Amino acid sequence: MKKLLLSAAILALGTSGALAQSVIRLATEGAYPPYNFVNESNQLEGFDIDVGNAVCERAGLTCEWVQNDWDSIIPNLVSGNYDAIVAGMSATEARAEVISFSQAYKLPDPSAYMALAGTDASVMTEGVIAAQSNTFQADMVAETSATLVEFASPDETIAAVRNGTADAVLADREFLMTYVTDSNGEFELLATVPSPGDGVSIGLRQSDTELRATFDAALDAMKADGSLNALLVQWFGEETLLFD
Amino acid sequence: MACYLTTASHLALYRSVLVVLVLLALAAPLALGIGFLGALAMRSRNALLRPLGTLYVSMVRGVPDIIFFLFVPFAIDQGVEYARHRILCPDWDQPVRQGNDFIVCAAAKMPLATDPAWVHDLWGFLLALAAFALVFGAFAANTLQGAMAAVPRGQLETAEAYGMTPGQAFRRILLPQMWVYALPGLSNLWMILTKATPLLFLLGIQDVVYWARELGGQKTGVYAYPHPDWRVWYFMGVLAFYLLLTWSSQKVFDRLMVRMSHGQATAGGEALRRAGA
Repeated sequence: MKKLLLSAAILALGTSGALAQSVIRLATEGAYPPYNFVNESNQLEGFDIDVGNAVCERAGLTCEWVQNDWDSIIPNLVSGNYDAIVAGMSATEARAEVISFSQAYKLPDPSAYMALAGTDASVMTEGVIAAQSNTFQADMVAETSATLVEFASPDETIAAVRNGTADAVLADREFLMTYVTDSNGEFELLATVPSPGDGVSIGLRQSDTELRATFDAALDAMKADGSLNALLVQWFGEETLLFD
Repeated sequence: MACYLTTASHLALYRSVLVVLVLLALAAPLALGIGFLGALAMRSRNALLRPLGTLYVSMVRGVPDIIFFLFVPFAIDQGVEYARHRILCPDWDQPVRQGNDFIVCAAAKMPLATDPAWVHDLWGFLLALAAFALVFGAFAANTLQGAMAAVPRGQLETAEAYGMTPGQAFRRILLPQMWVYALPGLSNLWMILTKATPLLFLLGIQDVVYWARELGGQKTGVYAYPHPDWRVWYFMGVLAFYLLLTWSSQKVFDRLMVRMSHGQATAGGEALRRAGA
Protein backbone atom coordinates (compact mmCIF):
# COMPACT_ATOMS: atom_id res chain seq x y z
CA MET A 1 0.00 0.00 0.00
CA LYS A 2 2.83 2.32 0.85
CA LYS A 3 4.17 1.33 -2.53
CA LEU A 4 0.87 2.32 -4.09
CA LEU A 5 0.86 5.75 -2.48
CA LEU A 6 4.47 6.20 -3.38
CA SER A 7 3.72 5.19 -6.94
CA ALA A 8 0.96 7.78 -7.18
CA ALA A 9 3.37 10.38 -5.88
CA ILE A 10 6.03 9.43 -8.42
CA LEU A 11 3.45 9.38 -11.21
CA ALA A 12 2.43 12.88 -10.22
CA LEU A 13 6.02 14.03 -10.47
CA GLY A 14 6.05 12.75 -14.01
CA THR A 15 9.31 10.86 -13.85
CA SER A 16 9.55 7.80 -16.05
CA GLY A 17 11.95 4.92 -15.77
CA ALA A 18 15.10 4.70 -17.83
CA LEU A 19 14.08 3.31 -21.18
CA ALA A 20 17.52 2.89 -22.68
CA GLN A 21 18.61 -0.41 -21.19
CA SER A 22 16.55 -3.56 -21.45
CA VAL A 23 15.77 -5.37 -18.24
CA ILE A 24 15.60 -9.14 -17.88
CA ARG A 25 12.96 -10.17 -15.38
CA LEU A 26 13.71 -13.31 -13.38
CA ALA A 27 10.97 -15.18 -11.53
CA THR A 28 11.36 -17.27 -8.41
CA GLU A 29 9.01 -18.86 -5.90
CA GLY A 30 10.50 -17.46 -2.70
CA ALA A 31 9.32 -20.35 -0.54
CA TYR A 32 11.97 -23.02 -1.03
CA PRO A 33 14.93 -22.60 1.31
CA PRO A 34 17.84 -22.78 0.73
CA TYR A 35 17.17 -22.43 -3.03
CA ASN A 36 15.05 -19.30 -2.76
CA PHE A 37 13.18 -17.71 0.11
CA VAL A 38 11.96 -14.40 1.48
CA ASN A 39 14.10 -13.32 4.39
CA GLU A 40 13.20 -11.15 7.37
CA SER A 41 14.06 -8.02 5.43
CA ASN A 42 11.39 -8.99 2.86
CA GLN A 43 14.19 -9.61 0.33
CA LEU A 44 14.66 -12.67 -1.85
CA GLU A 45 17.65 -14.71 -0.80
CA GLY A 46 19.15 -18.12 -1.53
CA PHE A 47 21.20 -20.17 -3.96
CA ASP A 48 18.95 -19.38 -6.96
CA ILE A 49 19.15 -15.67 -6.26
CA ASP A 50 22.95 -15.73 -6.04
CA VAL A 51 23.23 -17.76 -9.25
CA GLY A 52 20.78 -15.51 -11.10
CA ASN A 53 22.59 -12.36 -10.01
CA ALA A 54 26.00 -13.80 -10.93
CA VAL A 55 24.78 -14.92 -14.37
CA CYS A 56 23.31 -11.49 -15.09
CA GLU A 57 26.46 -9.75 -13.93
CA ARG A 58 28.64 -11.88 -16.20
CA ALA A 59 26.34 -11.43 -19.18
CA GLY A 60 26.19 -7.68 -18.58
CA LEU A 61 22.40 -7.78 -18.17
CA THR A 62 20.28 -5.72 -15.84
CA CYS A 63 18.08 -8.20 -14.01
CA GLU A 64 15.12 -7.75 -11.74
CA TRP A 65 13.50 -10.37 -9.52
CA VAL A 66 9.82 -11.21 -9.49
CA GLN A 67 8.20 -13.44 -6.89
CA ASN A 68 5.55 -15.74 -8.35
CA ASP A 69 3.46 -18.61 -7.01
CA TRP A 70 4.86 -22.01 -8.05
CA ASP A 71 1.64 -23.24 -9.66
CA SER A 72 1.44 -20.34 -12.10
CA ILE A 73 5.18 -19.84 -12.62
CA ILE A 74 5.28 -21.54 -16.08
CA PRO A 75 2.03 -20.00 -17.47
CA ASN A 76 3.30 -16.52 -16.54
CA LEU A 77 6.61 -17.19 -18.30
CA VAL A 78 5.07 -18.26 -21.61
CA SER A 79 2.64 -15.35 -21.35
CA GLY A 80 5.62 -13.01 -21.25
CA ASN A 81 5.20 -11.55 -17.75
CA TYR A 82 8.86 -12.27 -17.06
CA ASP A 83 11.75 -13.71 -19.05
CA ALA A 84 13.25 -16.59 -17.05
CA ILE A 85 12.53 -18.87 -14.11
CA VAL A 86 15.32 -19.36 -11.57
CA ALA A 87 13.51 -21.32 -8.91
CA GLY A 88 15.30 -24.58 -8.20
CA MET A 89 13.39 -26.03 -11.16
CA SER A 90 14.57 -29.37 -12.50
CA ALA A 91 14.75 -29.71 -16.27
CA THR A 92 12.31 -32.59 -16.72
CA GLU A 93 10.90 -33.91 -19.99
CA ALA A 94 7.36 -32.89 -19.11
CA ARG A 95 8.37 -29.26 -18.54
CA ALA A 96 10.64 -29.25 -21.61
CA GLU A 97 7.53 -29.71 -23.74
CA VAL A 98 6.29 -26.29 -22.64
CA ILE A 99 9.44 -24.27 -21.94
CA SER A 100 13.14 -24.66 -22.69
CA PHE A 101 16.01 -24.90 -20.22
CA SER A 102 19.53 -23.56 -19.93
CA GLN A 103 22.30 -25.99 -19.02
CA ALA A 104 22.11 -27.21 -15.42
CA TYR A 105 23.46 -24.96 -12.66
CA LYS A 106 23.10 -27.73 -10.11
CA LEU A 107 23.51 -31.45 -10.74
CA PRO A 108 20.45 -33.68 -10.16
CA ASP A 109 19.99 -34.12 -6.43
CA PRO A 110 18.27 -37.35 -5.39
CA SER A 111 14.74 -37.03 -4.04
CA ALA A 112 14.08 -38.30 -0.55
CA TYR A 113 11.20 -39.46 1.62
CA MET A 114 11.14 -37.71 5.00
CA ALA A 115 8.95 -38.90 7.87
CA LEU A 116 8.65 -38.60 11.65
CA ALA A 117 11.39 -40.64 13.32
CA GLY A 118 10.41 -44.27 13.74
CA THR A 119 8.01 -44.37 10.77
CA ASP A 120 7.99 -47.74 9.01
CA ALA A 121 9.42 -47.68 5.49
CA SER A 122 6.29 -49.44 4.17
CA VAL A 123 4.44 -46.08 4.12
CA MET A 124 6.31 -45.36 0.88
CA THR A 125 4.13 -47.92 -0.87
CA GLU A 126 1.06 -48.15 1.38
CA GLY A 127 0.85 -44.83 3.18
CA VAL A 128 -0.10 -41.24 2.41
CA ILE A 129 2.71 -39.24 0.80
CA ALA A 130 2.77 -35.44 0.60
CA ALA A 131 4.35 -33.61 -2.34
CA GLN A 132 4.21 -30.12 -3.79
CA SER A 133 1.85 -29.82 -6.75
CA ASN A 134 3.40 -29.45 -10.21
CA THR A 135 6.65 -31.11 -9.15
CA PHE A 136 8.09 -34.29 -10.58
CA GLN A 137 7.95 -35.73 -7.07
CA ALA A 138 4.15 -35.45 -7.22
CA ASP A 139 4.23 -37.42 -10.48
CA MET A 140 6.56 -40.00 -8.92
CA VAL A 141 4.21 -40.59 -5.99
CA ALA A 142 1.25 -40.82 -8.34
CA GLU A 143 2.97 -43.76 -10.05
CA THR A 144 3.47 -45.70 -6.80
CA SER A 145 0.69 -47.47 -4.93
CA ALA A 146 0.86 -44.86 -2.16
CA THR A 147 -1.81 -42.17 -1.80
CA LEU A 148 -0.70 -38.73 -2.98
CA VAL A 149 -1.70 -35.50 -1.24
CA GLU A 150 -0.57 -32.34 -2.99
CA PHE A 151 0.10 -28.94 -1.45
CA ALA A 152 0.70 -25.60 -3.13
CA SER A 153 3.82 -24.68 -1.13
CA PRO A 154 6.82 -26.68 0.11
CA ASP A 155 6.30 -25.61 3.72
CA GLU A 156 2.79 -27.10 3.78
CA THR A 157 4.13 -30.52 2.76
CA ILE A 158 6.40 -30.53 5.83
CA ALA A 159 3.57 -29.35 8.09
CA ALA A 160 1.38 -32.18 6.73
CA VAL A 161 3.90 -34.76 7.92
CA ARG A 162 4.25 -33.11 11.30
CA ASN A 163 0.52 -33.00 12.00
CA GLY A 164 -0.12 -36.50 10.66
CA THR A 165 -2.05 -35.63 7.46
CA ALA A 166 0.65 -37.46 5.53
CA ASP A 167 2.97 -40.29 6.59
CA ALA A 168 5.94 -38.94 4.67
CA VAL A 169 6.92 -36.23 2.20
CA LEU A 170 8.80 -36.73 -1.07
CA ALA A 171 10.97 -33.77 -2.10
CA ASP A 172 14.50 -32.77 -3.09
CA ARG A 173 16.87 -34.28 -0.54
CA GLU A 174 18.84 -31.11 0.08
CA PHE A 175 15.66 -29.14 0.72
CA LEU A 176 14.59 -31.73 3.33
CA MET A 177 18.03 -31.95 4.96
CA THR A 178 17.73 -28.56 6.69
CA TYR A 179 14.42 -29.68 8.22
CA VAL A 180 16.00 -32.94 9.39
CA THR A 181 18.96 -31.19 11.01
CA ASP A 182 16.76 -28.50 12.57
CA SER A 183 14.26 -30.97 14.01
CA ASN A 184 16.64 -32.52 16.60
CA GLY A 185 15.62 -36.05 15.69
CA GLU A 186 11.91 -35.44 15.10
CA PHE A 187 12.29 -36.07 11.37
CA GLU A 188 14.41 -38.60 9.50
CA LEU A 189 14.95 -39.61 5.89
CA LEU A 190 13.38 -42.97 5.02
CA ALA A 191 14.99 -43.50 1.63
CA THR A 192 16.39 -41.65 -1.34
CA VAL A 193 15.37 -42.21 -4.95
CA PRO A 194 17.09 -40.88 -8.08
CA SER A 195 15.49 -37.76 -9.59
CA PRO A 196 14.64 -37.59 -13.30
CA GLY A 197 15.93 -34.79 -15.50
CA ASP A 198 19.26 -33.13 -16.14
CA GLY A 199 19.46 -31.14 -12.93
CA VAL A 200 18.34 -27.70 -11.82
CA SER A 201 18.24 -25.26 -14.73
CA ILE A 202 17.01 -21.81 -15.70
CA GLY A 203 13.64 -22.02 -17.47
CA LEU A 204 13.12 -19.89 -20.58
CA ARG A 205 10.55 -19.41 -23.32
CA GLN A 206 11.19 -21.84 -26.19
CA SER A 207 11.35 -18.98 -28.67
CA ASP A 208 13.93 -17.10 -26.59
CA THR A 209 17.03 -18.86 -27.98
CA GLU A 210 19.18 -15.75 -27.71
CA LEU A 211 18.75 -15.39 -23.96
CA ARG A 212 19.34 -19.11 -23.51
CA ALA A 213 22.68 -18.85 -25.33
CA THR A 214 23.65 -15.85 -23.15
CA PHE A 215 22.80 -17.71 -19.94
CA ASP A 216 24.58 -20.87 -21.11
CA ALA A 217 27.75 -18.90 -21.88
CA ALA A 218 27.67 -17.23 -18.46
CA LEU A 219 27.11 -20.58 -16.73
CA ASP A 220 30.03 -22.08 -18.71
CA ALA A 221 32.29 -19.31 -17.42
CA MET A 222 31.07 -19.78 -13.85
CA LYS A 223 31.73 -23.51 -14.04
CA ALA A 224 35.19 -22.94 -15.51
CA ASP A 225 36.38 -20.52 -12.83
CA GLY A 226 34.85 -22.44 -9.92
CA SER A 227 32.54 -19.65 -8.77
CA LEU A 228 29.45 -21.84 -9.28
CA ASN A 229 30.97 -24.57 -7.11
CA ALA A 230 31.72 -21.97 -4.45
CA LEU A 231 28.05 -20.97 -4.39
CA LEU A 232 27.00 -24.63 -4.19
CA VAL A 233 29.23 -25.18 -1.17
CA GLN A 234 28.05 -21.95 0.42
CA TRP A 235 24.37 -22.93 0.28
CA PHE A 236 24.41 -26.74 0.40
CA GLY A 237 27.55 -27.60 2.37
CA GLU A 238 30.67 -29.55 1.56
CA GLU A 239 28.91 -32.81 0.67
CA THR A 240 26.90 -31.47 -2.24
CA LEU A 241 27.64 -32.63 -5.80
CA LEU A 242 30.03 -30.24 -7.54
CA PHE A 243 30.78 -29.59 -11.22
CA ASP A 244 34.13 -30.91 -12.45
CA MET B 1 10.26 -9.98 20.29
CA ALA B 2 9.71 -6.37 19.28
CA CYS B 3 12.51 -6.80 16.75
CA TYR B 4 10.86 -9.90 15.37
CA LEU B 5 7.49 -8.20 14.93
CA THR B 6 9.01 -5.21 13.16
CA THR B 7 11.11 -7.03 10.54
CA ALA B 8 10.57 -5.83 6.99
CA SER B 9 8.53 -8.93 6.21
CA HIS B 10 6.23 -8.25 9.17
CA LEU B 11 5.82 -4.68 7.99
CA ALA B 12 4.78 -6.18 4.66
CA LEU B 13 2.13 -8.20 6.53
CA TYR B 14 0.72 -5.04 8.11
CA ARG B 15 0.77 -3.29 4.73
CA SER B 16 -1.07 -6.21 3.15
CA VAL B 17 -4.02 -5.49 5.46
CA LEU B 18 -4.21 -2.06 3.83
CA VAL B 19 -3.93 -3.60 0.35
CA VAL B 20 -6.92 -5.82 1.15
CA LEU B 21 -8.95 -2.88 2.49
CA VAL B 22 -8.14 -0.70 -0.53
CA LEU B 23 -9.05 -3.50 -2.90
CA LEU B 24 -12.38 -3.97 -1.11
CA ALA B 25 -13.08 -0.25 -1.05
CA LEU B 26 -12.52 -0.06 -4.82
CA ALA B 27 -13.97 -3.42 -5.88
CA ALA B 28 -17.29 -3.01 -4.08
CA PRO B 29 -18.45 0.21 -5.80
CA LEU B 30 -17.09 -1.01 -9.14
CA ALA B 31 -18.95 -4.31 -8.83
CA LEU B 32 -22.08 -2.44 -7.80
CA GLY B 33 -21.76 -0.20 -10.86
CA ILE B 34 -21.25 -3.12 -13.22
CA GLY B 35 -24.08 -4.94 -11.48
CA PHE B 36 -26.37 -1.94 -11.98
CA LEU B 37 -25.57 -1.79 -15.69
CA GLY B 38 -26.01 -5.56 -15.93
CA ALA B 39 -29.40 -5.36 -14.23
CA LEU B 40 -30.49 -2.57 -16.57
CA ALA B 41 -29.35 -4.63 -19.55
CA MET B 42 -31.30 -7.65 -18.30
CA ARG B 43 -34.47 -5.53 -17.92
CA SER B 44 -33.98 -3.70 -21.18
CA ARG B 45 -36.42 -4.14 -24.06
CA ASN B 46 -33.51 -3.82 -26.50
CA ALA B 47 -33.08 -7.07 -28.43
CA LEU B 48 -29.30 -6.79 -28.24
CA LEU B 49 -28.79 -5.58 -24.67
CA ARG B 50 -31.01 -8.09 -22.93
CA PRO B 51 -29.34 -11.27 -24.23
CA LEU B 52 -25.96 -9.65 -23.63
CA GLY B 53 -26.76 -8.90 -19.99
CA THR B 54 -28.31 -12.33 -19.47
CA LEU B 55 -25.30 -14.02 -21.07
CA TYR B 56 -22.83 -12.12 -18.88
CA VAL B 57 -24.70 -12.84 -15.67
CA SER B 58 -25.42 -16.50 -16.32
CA MET B 59 -21.92 -17.17 -17.63
CA VAL B 60 -20.12 -15.70 -14.64
CA ARG B 61 -22.57 -17.25 -12.20
CA GLY B 62 -22.23 -20.64 -13.84
CA VAL B 63 -18.43 -20.92 -14.00
CA PRO B 64 -16.27 -21.43 -10.87
CA ASP B 65 -14.81 -18.14 -9.60
CA ILE B 66 -11.27 -19.44 -9.59
CA ILE B 67 -11.39 -19.99 -13.35
CA PHE B 68 -12.42 -16.38 -13.86
CA PHE B 69 -9.68 -15.18 -11.54
CA LEU B 70 -7.15 -17.01 -13.67
CA PHE B 71 -8.76 -16.19 -17.00
CA VAL B 72 -9.77 -12.53 -16.74
CA PRO B 73 -6.36 -11.07 -15.77
CA PHE B 74 -4.53 -13.16 -18.40
CA ALA B 75 -7.09 -12.22 -21.04
CA ILE B 76 -6.98 -8.49 -20.24
CA ASP B 77 -3.18 -8.51 -19.98
CA GLN B 78 -2.66 -10.28 -23.30
CA GLY B 79 -5.46 -8.31 -24.94
CA VAL B 80 -3.92 -4.97 -23.95
CA GLU B 81 -0.44 -6.11 -25.01
CA TYR B 82 -1.75 -7.36 -28.34
CA ALA B 83 -3.50 -4.06 -29.04
CA ARG B 84 -0.39 -2.06 -28.11
CA HIS B 85 1.70 -4.41 -30.24
CA ARG B 86 -0.46 -3.76 -33.31
CA ILE B 87 -0.27 0.01 -32.80
CA LEU B 88 3.34 0.44 -31.63
CA CYS B 89 5.17 -2.18 -33.71
CA PRO B 90 3.54 -2.33 -37.16
CA ASP B 91 6.77 -3.63 -38.79
CA TRP B 92 7.02 -6.69 -36.56
CA ASP B 93 7.13 -9.74 -38.81
CA GLN B 94 7.11 -12.62 -36.32
CA PRO B 95 3.88 -14.21 -35.16
CA VAL B 96 2.60 -13.22 -31.72
CA ARG B 97 1.88 -16.81 -30.81
CA GLN B 98 4.87 -19.12 -31.23
CA GLY B 99 3.98 -22.54 -29.89
CA ASN B 100 3.16 -21.96 -26.23
CA ASP B 101 4.72 -18.54 -26.16
CA PHE B 102 2.94 -15.20 -26.32
CA ILE B 103 5.44 -12.73 -27.74
CA VAL B 104 4.94 -9.05 -28.40
CA CYS B 105 7.60 -6.45 -29.14
CA ALA B 106 9.37 -4.93 -26.13
CA ALA B 107 7.64 -1.57 -26.55
CA ALA B 108 4.20 -3.20 -26.31
CA LYS B 109 4.82 -4.87 -22.98
CA MET B 110 2.38 -3.83 -20.28
CA PRO B 111 4.05 -2.66 -18.14
CA LEU B 112 7.41 -2.26 -19.86
CA ALA B 113 10.17 -4.58 -18.66
CA THR B 114 12.16 -1.47 -17.73
CA ASP B 115 9.42 -0.14 -15.48
CA PRO B 116 10.22 -0.33 -11.76
CA ALA B 117 8.67 -3.05 -9.64
CA TRP B 118 5.88 -0.86 -8.26
CA VAL B 119 4.45 -0.32 -11.74
CA HIS B 120 4.23 -4.09 -12.15
CA ASP B 121 2.58 -4.33 -8.73
CA LEU B 122 0.12 -1.59 -9.61
CA TRP B 123 -0.75 -3.25 -12.92
CA GLY B 124 -1.27 -6.60 -11.16
CA PHE B 125 -3.50 -4.86 -8.64
CA LEU B 126 -5.60 -3.28 -11.39
CA LEU B 127 -5.99 -6.63 -13.16
CA ALA B 128 -7.10 -8.21 -9.89
CA LEU B 129 -9.52 -5.35 -9.35
CA ALA B 130 -10.99 -5.90 -12.81
CA ALA B 131 -11.42 -9.62 -12.12
CA PHE B 132 -13.16 -8.97 -8.80
CA ALA B 133 -15.42 -6.31 -10.29
CA LEU B 134 -16.44 -8.54 -13.23
CA VAL B 135 -17.16 -11.62 -11.12
CA PHE B 136 -18.97 -9.86 -8.29
CA GLY B 137 -20.69 -7.52 -10.75
CA ALA B 138 -22.56 -10.47 -12.23
CA PHE B 139 -23.86 -11.53 -8.83
CA ALA B 140 -24.79 -7.94 -8.02
CA ALA B 141 -26.62 -7.65 -11.36
CA ASN B 142 -28.78 -10.61 -10.51
CA THR B 143 -29.54 -9.27 -7.03
CA LEU B 144 -30.41 -5.81 -8.34
CA GLN B 145 -32.54 -7.20 -11.14
CA GLY B 146 -34.49 -9.22 -8.58
CA ALA B 147 -34.84 -6.17 -6.35
CA MET B 148 -36.16 -4.04 -9.23
CA ALA B 149 -38.73 -6.72 -9.98
CA ALA B 150 -39.75 -6.87 -6.30
CA VAL B 151 -40.95 -3.26 -6.06
CA PRO B 152 -44.78 -3.54 -5.93
CA ARG B 153 -46.40 -2.97 -9.32
CA GLY B 154 -48.95 -0.65 -7.70
CA GLN B 155 -46.21 1.90 -6.96
CA LEU B 156 -45.30 2.14 -10.64
CA GLU B 157 -48.93 2.22 -11.72
CA THR B 158 -49.49 5.18 -9.42
CA ALA B 159 -46.50 6.91 -10.96
CA GLU B 160 -47.96 6.34 -14.42
CA ALA B 161 -51.31 7.67 -13.22
CA TYR B 162 -49.53 10.88 -12.17
CA GLY B 163 -48.27 11.18 -15.73
CA MET B 164 -44.62 10.29 -15.13
CA THR B 165 -42.63 9.05 -18.10
CA PRO B 166 -41.06 5.57 -17.74
CA GLY B 167 -37.71 7.25 -17.07
CA GLN B 168 -39.14 9.44 -14.33
CA ALA B 169 -40.96 6.50 -12.76
CA PHE B 170 -37.72 4.54 -12.77
CA ARG B 171 -35.65 7.28 -11.18
CA ARG B 172 -38.17 8.64 -8.70
CA ILE B 173 -40.16 5.58 -7.69
CA LEU B 174 -38.39 2.34 -8.53
CA LEU B 175 -34.80 3.29 -7.78
CA PRO B 176 -35.36 4.65 -4.25
CA GLN B 177 -37.57 1.72 -3.31
CA MET B 178 -35.56 -1.18 -4.70
CA TRP B 179 -32.63 -0.87 -2.27
CA VAL B 180 -34.56 -2.34 0.63
CA TYR B 181 -35.06 -5.49 -1.45
CA ALA B 182 -31.48 -5.53 -2.73
CA LEU B 183 -29.75 -4.94 0.58
CA PRO B 184 -29.85 -8.47 2.05
CA GLY B 185 -28.44 -9.92 -1.18
CA LEU B 186 -25.83 -7.19 -1.50
CA SER B 187 -24.72 -7.62 2.10
CA ASN B 188 -24.21 -11.33 1.40
CA LEU B 189 -22.09 -10.45 -1.60
CA TRP B 190 -20.01 -8.00 0.40
CA MET B 191 -19.32 -10.63 3.04
CA ILE B 192 -18.22 -13.12 0.38
CA LEU B 193 -16.07 -10.46 -1.29
CA THR B 194 -14.24 -9.64 1.96
CA LYS B 195 -13.25 -13.27 2.32
CA ALA B 196 -12.32 -13.83 -1.32
CA THR B 197 -9.12 -11.80 -1.11
CA PRO B 198 -6.81 -14.84 -0.62
CA LEU B 199 -7.50 -15.49 -4.31
CA LEU B 200 -5.30 -12.44 -4.89
CA PHE B 201 -2.19 -14.50 -4.42
CA LEU B 202 -3.04 -16.40 -7.60
CA LEU B 203 -2.49 -13.07 -9.32
CA GLY B 204 0.81 -12.38 -7.60
CA ILE B 205 -0.55 -9.97 -4.99
CA GLN B 206 0.47 -10.85 -1.49
CA ASP B 207 -2.54 -10.47 0.76
CA VAL B 208 -2.85 -10.93 4.50
CA VAL B 209 -3.47 -14.70 4.29
CA TYR B 210 -0.35 -15.19 2.15
CA TRP B 211 1.79 -13.35 4.69
CA ALA B 212 0.27 -15.21 7.64
CA ARG B 213 1.13 -18.50 5.96
CA GLU B 214 4.56 -17.36 4.85
CA LEU B 215 5.60 -15.89 8.20
CA GLY B 216 3.93 -18.56 10.32
CA GLY B 217 5.46 -21.48 8.43
CA GLN B 218 8.43 -23.22 9.97
CA LYS B 219 11.67 -21.30 9.56
CA THR B 220 14.82 -23.40 9.41
CA GLY B 221 18.34 -22.35 10.29
CA VAL B 222 18.86 -20.44 7.04
CA TYR B 223 16.58 -17.67 8.36
CA ALA B 224 17.64 -15.05 10.89
CA TYR B 225 14.80 -15.92 13.29
CA PRO B 226 14.34 -19.71 13.11
CA HIS B 227 11.08 -20.89 14.68
CA PRO B 228 8.77 -23.93 14.50
CA ASP B 229 5.37 -23.89 12.81
CA TRP B 230 3.61 -20.82 14.23
CA ARG B 231 0.85 -20.64 11.67
CA VAL B 232 -1.87 -21.18 14.25
CA TRP B 233 -0.96 -17.87 15.95
CA TYR B 234 -0.76 -15.95 12.71
CA PHE B 235 -4.06 -17.37 11.54
CA MET B 236 -5.65 -16.39 14.86
CA GLY B 237 -4.66 -12.84 14.00
CA VAL B 238 -6.16 -13.19 10.53
CA LEU B 239 -9.31 -14.64 12.11
CA ALA B 240 -9.60 -11.62 14.40
CA PHE B 241 -9.10 -9.28 11.44
CA TYR B 242 -11.81 -10.89 9.34
CA LEU B 243 -14.24 -11.20 12.26
CA LEU B 244 -13.76 -7.52 13.05
CA LEU B 245 -14.27 -6.64 9.39
CA THR B 246 -17.46 -8.69 8.95
CA TRP B 247 -18.82 -7.64 12.36
CA SER B 248 -18.43 -3.94 11.63
CA SER B 249 -19.83 -4.45 8.11
CA GLN B 250 -22.89 -6.11 9.62
CA LYS B 251 -23.39 -3.08 11.90
CA VAL B 252 -23.30 -0.77 8.90
CA PHE B 253 -25.73 -2.93 6.93
CA ASP B 254 -28.13 -3.07 9.90
CA ARG B 255 -28.23 0.72 10.09
CA LEU B 256 -28.63 1.02 6.33
CA MET B 257 -31.52 -1.43 6.43
CA VAL B 258 -33.32 0.67 9.05
CA ARG B 259 -32.86 3.82 6.95
CA MET B 260 -34.03 2.15 3.75
CA SER B 261 -37.09 0.63 5.42
CA HIS B 262 -38.58 4.00 6.42
CA GLY B 263 -41.95 4.43 4.78
CA GLN B 264 -41.66 1.23 2.77
CA ALA B 265 -44.53 -1.18 2.21
CA THR B 266 -42.53 -4.01 3.75
CA ALA B 267 -42.73 -5.78 7.11
CA GLY B 268 -39.63 -3.84 8.20
CA GLY B 269 -41.17 -0.52 7.16
CA GLU B 270 -44.44 -1.40 8.91
CA ALA B 271 -42.60 -2.25 12.13
CA LEU B 272 -40.82 1.12 12.03
CA ARG B 273 -44.13 2.93 11.45
CA ARG B 274 -45.75 1.22 14.44
CA ALA B 275 -42.77 1.87 16.69
CA GLY B 276 -42.92 5.52 15.71
CA ALA B 277 -46.67 5.84 16.18
